[in-house]
Amino acid sequence: MIQVEHLTKQYGNRTAVQDLSFEVAKGEVLGFLGPNGAGKTTTMRILTGFMPATSGTARVAGYDVWEAPQEVKKRIGYLPEHPPLYSDMTVMEYLRFVARIKGMNRRQISSAIQQVCEQCSLGEVIGRLIGNLSRGFRQRVGLAQALIHQPEVLILDEPTVGLDPKQIIEVRQLIKGLQGNHTVILSTHILPEVTAVCQRVVIINDGHVVAVDTHEGLSAKLRKSEKIGLKIKSPSPDCLEKLKAIPGVLNVFQDQGIIQDGYPYVVESQLGHDVREDLARCVVANQWGLLEMRPIAMTLEDVFLKLTAEEIQE
Amino acid sequence: MRNLWTIAFKEIRSYFNSPIAYVLIGVFLIINGYIFSSIVSFASRQSIQMLRFQGEAPQINLNELVFRPTFHNMSVILLLIVPILTMRLFSEEKKTKTTELLLTSPLTISEIVVGKYLGAFMVYLTMLGLTFYMPLLLSIYGQVNWGTVFSGYLGLVLLGAVFLSIGLFASSITENQVIAALISFGLLLLIWLLGWAAASVEGTGLGEVLSYISILDHFDGFLRGLVETRTLVYYLSLVVFGLFLTHRVVESQRWK
Repeated sequence: MIQVEHLTKQYGNRTAVQDLSFEVAKGEVLGFLGPNGAGKTTTMRILTGFMPATSGTARVAGYDVWEAPQEVKKRIGYLPEHPPLYSDMTVMEYLRFVARIKGMNRRQISSAIQQVCEQCSLGEVIGRLIGNLSRGFRQRVGLAQALIHQPEVLILDEPTVGLDPKQIIEVRQLIKGLQGNHTVILSTHILPEVTAVCQRVVIINDGHVVAVDTHEGLSAKLRKSEKIGLKIKSPSPDCLEKLKAIPGVLNVFQDQGIIQDGYPYVVESQLGHDVREDLARCVVANQWGLLEMRPIAMTLEDVFLKLTAEEIQE
Repeated sequence: MRNLWTIAFKEIRSYFNSPIAYVLIGVFLIINGYIFSSIVSFASRQSIQMLRFQGEAPQINLNELVFRPTFHNMSVILLLIVPILTMRLFSEEKKTKTTELLLTSPLTISEIVVGKYLGAFMVYLTMLGLTFYMPLLLSIYGQVNWGTVFSGYLGLVLLGAVFLSIGLFASSITENQVIAALISFGLLLLIWLLGWAAASVEGTGLGEVLSYISILDHFDGFLRGLVETRTLVYYLSLVVFGLFLTHRVVESQRWK
């Protein structure tokens, strides 16, 4: 659905995006992840035809963004970082205006407005001036604006910024619901968001693609050892040595976490070597009191920090 | 074409949703009304004097005595008012980042530029239309030569069209509305002054060129009831030139 090839954008001497390539399949929700200033917004602006790239190509639904901008723009819904709202219009007037400039005809418009109002729960503010709306509602009006013409491709630049936790969950739910019918690119620097809604992640840093994979795939790739968290009620002083003696265990250390009804330990073992049974047997045999045992997955935070840190070291 | 009107109506609504249109039209009508009434009372004093002097009912030329000076004064007020009318057209969109919506919608830049221009032009026509009470009022008391009145109004419409086009251009180059107004005021004043420059070098080739470029010389023709093709061409080409420059500016800003 979306193909980006060797995209480069320079602002004067500063390179915002360099040799960026990735693809998004139809119906997929892609997370576009990177620290602030990594080039996320620039890439999205190029994809939406707002600005041209210095070099490279971007194609949306088979149309080149620069050669057939009108075709591309008809198929894209875009929510920029700052929702583009006219504060002197009511929500109704605004949505009608957007629907018209997106090329919808009169008959389609009223049902389309009704639909997005339901989707974004705007019913109660439909007649109010946008200038008087709260941040959360403004963001949702922005989202409604992007959705109104049922575009094949949705490009959302930090859609949950400025929302309260309940609204964030609602918006994520909404985006999840779009999956399948719409192709979505979503930029964010909030990592759990990607875990929550995206099927695939593109991590960019300093204008480069650092990694493209599913979120599970990324953490699996970067994991150099399996980690298991243990919680023990009354460990003996020699417990560290005894645990380390178990075959396959690489390292054991006491976790820095809060000591609350038991002592937390982290056990690192060789990749593909399941030591849980032996661990349990060892703890039980020594009567230390096994309270908890769980695998520690690498969170996206770890992946992200690791990737961007490696980038800096190079 | 449809997109053009969508943009134009959006602008018109925005003018009338905010106090801008009302305040601007109100101020224009008050100042204009004051000038009109003082010109009329001056004209009536003069005709009474003529009556005493000649001892018979004088031939009053309303056009020479009233409309020509009134329209001249209106053109000066427009010089100050049109920049206020046009200053928000692009500047505001840039400030509120709504350009991003317009430029990522299936609209061409020409549609956006011309649509905005049309919107402001409609508001201008409304404002100008409301001054039509002047000839109506005078037609009750005297002989109004409608031909010259209409050609005078045509002159004002065209003059305003040029001012709006220059104002639109000024608005497209900055996101600060005050600066947009100042720039368009400066540009308009400059074009205005060309007429004076032309007068100072009258008779030479340069003088002729300057007086052709000068907006004032052409405008005066309309007030005398003169509608010439070259004048129409002159005004329309200025409008198109302003719109063209605006188009270039909006286009080029995407590259930065």
